[in-house]
Amino acid sequence: MKRSASADSVDEDRRLTLVRAALCDPSRVTTQSPAEWNLLISQARRAGLLARLGETLHAAGLLEAVPDVPRRRIEAERMLAAKHAVDVKRELAFIQKALARTGVPIILLKGTAYAIAQLPPARGRVFNDIDILVPRNRIAEVEAALRLEMWNTTDVDAYDDRYYRNWMHQIPPLTHVARQTVLDVHHTIVAGTTQIELTAHKLFEAAVPTAHDPGLKVLAPADMILHSAAHLLNEGKFDRGLRDLDDMSLLLRHFGTKPGFFEALVERAAELDLRRPLFYALRYTATLLETPVPADIRNADRLKPPRPALRAFMDLLFEQALRPDHPSCRDGFSGIALWLLYVRAHHLLMPAHILVPHLLRKAYVRRFKEEGRKG
Amino acid sequence: MSIAAILRTGPFVTRIETDISAITHGLRQLYAPDQLLMDVEFSDFDVAVVRPLLRRWYRPQATFLFDGHPPFLPLPLAHAVPLLEWGLNWAISLHAHEYLIVHAAVIERDGFAAIMPGVPGAGKSTLASALAHRGWRILSDELALISFEDRRVVPLERPINLKNESIEVIRRFAPDAAFSPIFRGTSKGDVALMRPSAGGVACRSQRAIPAWIIFPKYINGLPAELERKRKAQFLLTLASNAFNFSMHGRRGFELMADIVDQCECFRFSYAELDEAVEIFAGLRPPERLASRQ
Repeated sequence: MKRSASADSVDEDRRLTLVRAALCDPSRVTTQSPAEWNLLISQARRAGLLARLGETLHAAGLLEAVPDVPRRRIEAERMLAAKHAVDVKRELAFIQKALARTGVPIILLKGTAYAIAQLPPARGRVFNDIDILVPRNRIAEVEAALRLEMWNTTDVDAYDDRYYRNWMHQIPPLTHVARQTVLDVHHTIVAGTTQIELTAHKLFEAAVPTAHDPGLKVLAPADMILHSAAHLLNEGKFDRGLRDLDDMSLLLRHFGTKPGFFEALVERAAELDLRRPLFYALRYTATLLETPVPADIRNADRLKPPRPALRAFMDLLFEQALRPDHPSCRDGFSGIALWLLYVRAHHLLMPAHILVPHLLRKAYVRRFKEEGRKG
Repeated sequence: MSIAAILRTGPFVTRIETDISAITHGLRQLYAPDQLLMDVEFSDFDVAVVRPLLRRWYRPQATFLFDGHPPFLPLPLAHAVPLLEWGLNWAISLHAHEYLIVHAAVIERDGFAAIMPGVPGAGKSTLASALAHRGWRILSDELALISFEDRRVVPLERPINLKNESIEVIRRFAPDAAFSPIFRGTSKGDVALMRPSAGGVACRSQRAIPAWIIFPKYINGLPAELERKRKAQFLLTLASNAFNFSMHGRRGFELMADIVDQCECFRFSYAELDEAVEIFAGLRPPERLASRQ
């Protein structure tokens, strides 16, 4: 037994950048110490990026050079991701069957979309639920059809249910009774009351069919990035923040090679009123993950960038939130930074006279439920 | 103050951080000295058992952390040692996909393994512990790790989890067995951990050829009986006892089918350990396996 924490034997600067550095420049891992390897694997697993790291190393021809122990942990996670990719296709077939009678058009979102449209973020992506988007005026029909085929809401009380339906961009998550798979049915990409119908309508108009199955569509490239940006930077939940940022980085690298893509992206952000999240998305994919975003685009006035003081403050908050969710990446400022982003997310969503009672109730109920579980 | 131990159990290296003296003491008591390593090495799992700040004094608790986060709720501090053992089982069964993992006890003799799955309470740990003191070696108490490369069972070298009446039964059956203290009133009742009987290092890492699949069942008052069963049915039952069968898809199915195919398959009911020992002593590996050893 010895008194040394593995995390402590890695410099602080290195600790905070291990995962990002390995994704950006995989050749760096070849010179890592055992302590750095251990921490990298642990952080990447927490961040939901271990399989992605594996695919990155594999693509760079470096997986064979990884020492035995970390390699088997990486390989196990790659197997899990490969299994998820198969499961998603099967689960989607069930969903399509359940919704066939309704004739509702289905748009796939997030990980599901990447997997079916075979986009770069599909590589090594582990996910727990399936996300689909359907028109808001068909949602009752969709929900009824799914419930008939044994999808059910679990662990959602009346308050939560109403909160979802009034304030969120989705209905409460549905779990399949037999397979225990979770399905999120969205009716738009941004929560809140402003311009929902209009935004959703535009998304449906621009959606593109997939080669896998023309009946399954995905968002148009710009919309896909805007959705990811709104989801990550406006919603206040960051447990998989770095993974979602890396998804966006891979999408930008992939779509960004097409001439005029970035200009069109900025245009679309203005049209959908998602300029601010796009500003942050382009900023942090570039600064944290070395994504090649043209400088004039990143600072375009049309994105209505925040004032320098606010920007500097938001940089501090987001830099914290976009670290792997691992104790070695946390410091005295982490808690308050995450809390501020959480409150900001709710503030973007609802007026203060509703927000304050809601947050108080959430804090109280969570405590109450935990105590109840402990018995 | 936090102390780190590096523990080798079978193929895995685990970094364990703790501020609980019962854990450091328990590790020394339940594992062989050469399983506790001194230097920072590559590790498979990063775990901790620590005392949560808010419950340090009032009804103190222990929390298990994996990658720095608690996968389950804390337990009373007095149950820290079983919490670590259950946490390690959880870590292996959810992450070690390089193996096909079956929820089963495994014992070995002359290089051949008996895989004993069974629902909790079927008496598999009790039976395995008894046999471990009568010529068999325990490869694992909970998790049968089956290798895709050589189709053998990989030893895990972990203490054996005995519950309730079984603790006293094994104490009487094998007075020289080394036990942890009894942890009373856990979610699984009273629990004691038995240190596996010492074997050489070389012997401890030796893999075994699966030769028998035996579903044990403790039935009070009946004579011990070994009943041969149909293999097709066993394949399904074994699959439902595996942690990651579906994850491996076709590859997992083929490995499982091969294992069931090469093994003798039995249901075994028993009440008296002495009778069980006698019947197990009479087990012979199937002919076509005997030549492989």
